[in-house]
Amino acid sequence: MLFNTQDILETTRMITENKLDVRTITMGISLRDCSHADIEKTSAKIYDKICRKAQNLVKTGEDLEAELGVPIINKRISVTPISLVGESCDESDYTPLAAALDKAGKAVGVNFIGGFSALVDKGYTKGDRRLIASIPSALAATDIVCSSVSVGSTKCGINMDAVTEMGKIVLATARATADKDAIGCAKLVIFCNSVPDNPFMAGAYHGVTEPETVINVGVSGPGVVKKALEEVKDGDIGQVAETIKRTAFKITRVGQLVAQEAAKRLDTQFGIIDLSLAPTPAIGDSVAHILEEMGLECTGCPGTTAALALLNDAVKKGGLMASSYVGGLSGAFIPVSEDAGMIRAVERGCLTLEKLEAMTCVCSVGLDMIAVPGSTTAATLSAIIADEAAIGMINNKTTAVRLIPVPGKGVGDKVEFGGLLGHAPIIAVNTFDPSRFIGRGGRIPAPVRSLTN
Amino acid sequence: MQQVVLTIIGKDKVGIIAKVSCKLAEYNMNIININQNIMQGFFNMVLIAETDEATVSIKEAKEIFAKLGEEIGVEIRLQSADIFKAMHRI
Repeated sequence: MLFNTQDILETTRMITENKLDVRTITMGISLRDCSHADIEKTSAKIYDKICRKAQNLVKTGEDLEAELGVPIINKRISVTPISLVGESCDESDYTPLAAALDKAGKAVGVNFIGGFSALVDKGYTKGDRRLIASIPSALAATDIVCSSVSVGSTKCGINMDAVTEMGKIVLATARATADKDAIGCAKLVIFCNSVPDNPFMAGAYHGVTEPETVINVGVSGPGVVKKALEEVKDGDIGQVAETIKRTAFKITRVGQLVAQEAAKRLDTQFGIIDLSLAPTPAIGDSVAHILEEMGLECTGCPGTTAALALLNDAVKKGGLMASSYVGGLSGAFIPVSEDAGMIRAVERGCLTLEKLEAMTCVCSVGLDMIAVPGSTTAATLSAIIADEAAIGMINNKTTAVRLIPVPGKGVGDKVEFGGLLGHAPIIAVNTFDPSRFIGRGGRIPAPVRSLTN
Repeated sequence: MQQVVLTIIGKDKVGIIAKVSCKLAEYNMNIININQNIMQGFFNMVLIAETDEATVSIKEAKEIFAKLGEEIGVEIRLQSADIFKAMHRI
């Protein structure tokens, strides 16, 4: 089979100039057989199983990267929610289990390991309670462990007791990692309608409906989409949507190829492709710049939500045909600190927390990597989590909150996380008090699914 | 049939194709197609080779040709053809 030279040069340019990459190969590993009453034995079983199953993950990723010539940025692991694995332990502090994950992840050389998680959409078990209480110390004691808590869903409603508690846990995590600008909070995400096959961090975990091991792949390529849109500067919106679709198709095909090949070489089931546009702080790898290429002066100005909705939908339409199995969080991500255009938009005073909330109604995933003043109260954090969860619950979509209340810093200050996590200006938070509402506790009932107005 | 695609870009000079094809023969890779031109003094070439009988892996070949590119003073990328098939063929 011969190729058109133009096609070959296009692919090469996408990789070399427009930062096309496969963002992550994530191996899901079930730890359901690792439970034991003795937490030390549980930790040992977790460590052994991860090292055994994932021993070739990083090498396989590196081999594929070399052979195909496309960068594969991250190799990661997701595991069964540790609240389930730790449930049988007599100990009440699950930090040793997080330490076992950290040690195993480092031993096999992955960038992150997700699954220090609890799913409490409707209520807590003993293990859920213990895990959530352990989050601040677990994230302070480890480097690559990521944690997530699901507090609601369209089917169950919202667990407001958990929402109230998570506001406090986010603050406690910030304080526990205050010496590193609250980096613990960058590894903690609170979900509504969480998904069991998400390859992206910090929210990846290996759901109970998943197989023993699985390979899920997250693609990326905001730079490629922006470059393609530069060619249709005078086109109408239909042409913009069509261009995004075509580009998303090509990006996703690369992800599909990598996922299939990785699964084959690791003798593992191929799970899903996450159709995502995931930005990085690097220049030319920004979702905000795509919106601005469409014709907005600055992301956050009126029109942003519509432009983002168009982008998100076109990415899905293009990607769906390119892959046989699609899942995860699929859509454009808008993590503020990880996107050069978003950072700039906040600095220019154009992008606010309230506009970001509106944007999360039409895209994946939620209020992500947003640095807020350290003085933000637990009740306010809980209320923001509740708002975001409500958007997910009512609209039948996944939403998430990853806020970083940076101790000792206020609006106008900057915070630097480094690497893919980027840097962010502290954004203003509405300071009127929601504490009486949040203090009520209880559950928001599951919503009606008809009469949708 | 396993194929690789070499893309070669750089300032034009005498002997680029000679050196690249010599190296391909050295490792038993068979040239299937060459598309080459000179634009404003810049050498552009896309070469497709078949590697079923090659004496090195694609990963090793990538390093070998990157190094050859440095010696000649052009950029040589070698990739499995699978990525182009995935992206441009349905």
